[in-house]
Amino acid sequence: MTQEPRRSRLLVENGHLIDPSQQLDRIGRILVVDGVITAIDPSDGDLPPETERVDAKNHVVAPGLVDLGVEMREPGFEEDETIHSGGLAALAGGYTTVLCTSNTAPCIDSPGAVEFVRQKAARAAGARVHVIGCLSKNREGEQMAELGLLAEAGAVAFSDAPRSVPNDALLKRALDYCRMFNLPIFDRPEVPDLANQGIVHDGQTALILGLKGLPTEAEDLAVARDVRLAEATGGRLHVGPVSTMGAVDMIRRVKSRGIKVSASVCPHNLCLSDKELRSFDARFKVHPPLRSERHVEMLQQAVADGTIDVIQSGHMPRSREKKMNDLDLSPFGAATLETTLASINTYLIQTGVMNWSAAVDRLSTAPARIAGIPGGTLQVGANADLIIIDPHKKWTVDGNQFLSRCNSSPLDGKELAGQVLMTMVGGETRYKVH
Amino acid sequence: MSSLHIETTPSIEFPKGWKRRHLLDLESLTAEEITILLDTAQKLKSLTNNCKTKVPLLTGKTCANLFFENSTRTRNSFSLAAKRLGADTVEFSSSGSSVAKGETFVDTAKTIEAMGVDWVVTRHSTPGTPHLLSRELGCSVLNAGDGPHDHPTQGLLDMLTIRQHRGSIKGLTVALVGDIAHSRTARSNIWGLSKLGAHVIICGPPTLVSPRWTELGFEVAHHLDDILPRCDVLNLLRIQFERQKARPFPSVHEYAALYAMNGERMKKAKNDILIMAPGPINRGVEITPEVADGPHSVILEQVNNGIAVRMAALWLLAGAQQSN
Repeated sequence: MTQEPRRSRLLVENGHLIDPSQQLDRIGRILVVDGVITAIDPSDGDLPPETERVDAKNHVVAPGLVDLGVEMREPGFEEDETIHSGGLAALAGGYTTVLCTSNTAPCIDSPGAVEFVRQKAARAAGARVHVIGCLSKNREGEQMAELGLLAEAGAVAFSDAPRSVPNDALLKRALDYCRMFNLPIFDRPEVPDLANQGIVHDGQTALILGLKGLPTEAEDLAVARDVRLAEATGGRLHVGPVSTMGAVDMIRRVKSRGIKVSASVCPHNLCLSDKELRSFDARFKVHPPLRSERHVEMLQQAVADGTIDVIQSGHMPRSREKKMNDLDLSPFGAATLETTLASINTYLIQTGVMNWSAAVDRLSTAPARIAGIPGGTLQVGANADLIIIDPHKKWTVDGNQFLSRCNSSPLDGKELAGQVLMTMVGGETRYKVH
Repeated sequence: MSSLHIETTPSIEFPKGWKRRHLLDLESLTAEEITILLDTAQKLKSLTNNCKTKVPLLTGKTCANLFFENSTRTRNSFSLAAKRLGADTVEFSSSGSSVAKGETFVDTAKTIEAMGVDWVVTRHSTPGTPHLLSRELGCSVLNAGDGPHDHPTQGLLDMLTIRQHRGSIKGLTVALVGDIAHSRTARSNIWGLSKLGAHVIICGPPTLVSPRWTELGFEVAHHLDDILPRCDVLNLLRIQFERQKARPFPSVHEYAALYAMNGERMKKAKNDILIMAPGPINRGVEITPEVADGPHSVILEQVNNGIAVRMAALWLLAGAQQSN
């Protein structure tokens, strides 16, 4: 490292800037110097010498997406994904920051495990990776993990997801305890007894096909418990992903009473219904399960009006040999990082359910705020984590083309509109379509 | 040794309306296709002298029974059906096979197919497995029961039995009683009978009969005694203890009191009611011996008709495969 670091100067111009963190929704230009956004709409005279120009005409320029729960599967399940492959898949999907979940083997319930992920991620040079620590020791749902030490090691949130915290008293204690670190707890709400090992939404399709149903009340009851405990303790709680009208209803009500909870939803629950299961194809076995059209409609409204704060990819990669089984044996899961933005554009923006500004808020600004981490903004002084999107470019989803190790996608074969052309992390172009 | 007698000139014409290479479920079949299957079964039944003698319609072909779930009657019925038409059979069951060694069912099926078979008859505990196989294999796939989803030949043999007694399905009131939630036989009956114009009543405790059946246009009842006087046919389904994680009713004793077809209840039924059961029957649970062995019971005729509809299915699928 004897060389003087090269000063990098980049001007992204002519693009449609979307940044809900500063109500930006217009054509403009952004100047990036040494990995930091230094000016919005600088005049030509204000540009430093030798500024490289990127033309984003007809394209959307937005803060890089932020995800609240990506399964990296490393250590322990590298056949599904690694921190490297997951980080690249994230970049291809327009994510500049992801939170990785704690359900690895060993799980992330010790400072050493947090450190492992952070070092691997730094070497991988994909999207930025923050760590979600386990809420309970060994994810067993009995005793709190060493939350303070995990926080010290860099964990930004705590969760046993995709498992729900089964023990009410434990969740209450953890919400209470975490107030001293001001860190959020994420719960994937589901009452196991009521879920009863169901594999698809307990509706008409499950009835006709004879498939074991996952009833909506398994989620509704868990959400009711979660929000009540958040109210009782004053702790920071994020529930999600949610998938039912009942959950939406409950969240809307407690928010109107001023209780601090936030919620997320997965793109597949906003785009597809349980009718897809008619094919018996395990790529539609996802969690939360695809629900009926009425739920899909209500979720779309809730994410448009802000009742649901976050759209979360729900990236749960599982290897080809695991997913090529029948519906009972195949695990829940799908690769979603590389399709989330395009699916939201296709199913929600182009259909008029929400605009770009709201979408970028749910995909970037809101999750960064909820996790309490940098990102989700193009404000001057922020890291230059940004993406350039061609909102009209049509492409057909083909799981075999994914950078993720998982090729299973509920959107496989579907035509989507919207392609990420460039993903920049800290001013460095880490992904680009040629 | 009448079964070894081979007729030399069977006369049966291939029906024009049949195009399918697989028999996966009754839900996707049209009324015309179901009628072709039933008509063909009836013809083959008489050609084989009530399924007892051989006709060489499928000589040189091979049928693989690929059962990932226990079965005695269905498996033997398919084997006999194949043999009556002159085909060879190969048996495969999951116990003691490579499935126990971790092979996926698709790989197992592909291996069997590579041995050169014309049909794979499959039973599996997971709904949709025959549908997945039909996309992976070049040969014909017959569903012999996929979890609680469908069991098309069972539905067909039930309908054939009713037709033999009543001439037609149309206009009859047929009640399916019992463990609807876990029953593939129930679903096959529901689709098949309703397509052929029967009025189907789905009867059982609310924990086993979803109210969603009403949304789909079917009559739902919880008290057998209320609907009994209206029924032309009762199909009494077995309680599938093996598929239930939690008992959906307080006791077998209570279930029998509410739903078992017994001598007392027979007095409330129509004089010409048909009593059917797909078997195996739990005597004393869904049916008492006096009814099971009584004059209204057609349970053993159902078993014989099973061979007839399976011969029809094998023959029709082979014909469709040939013409493709």
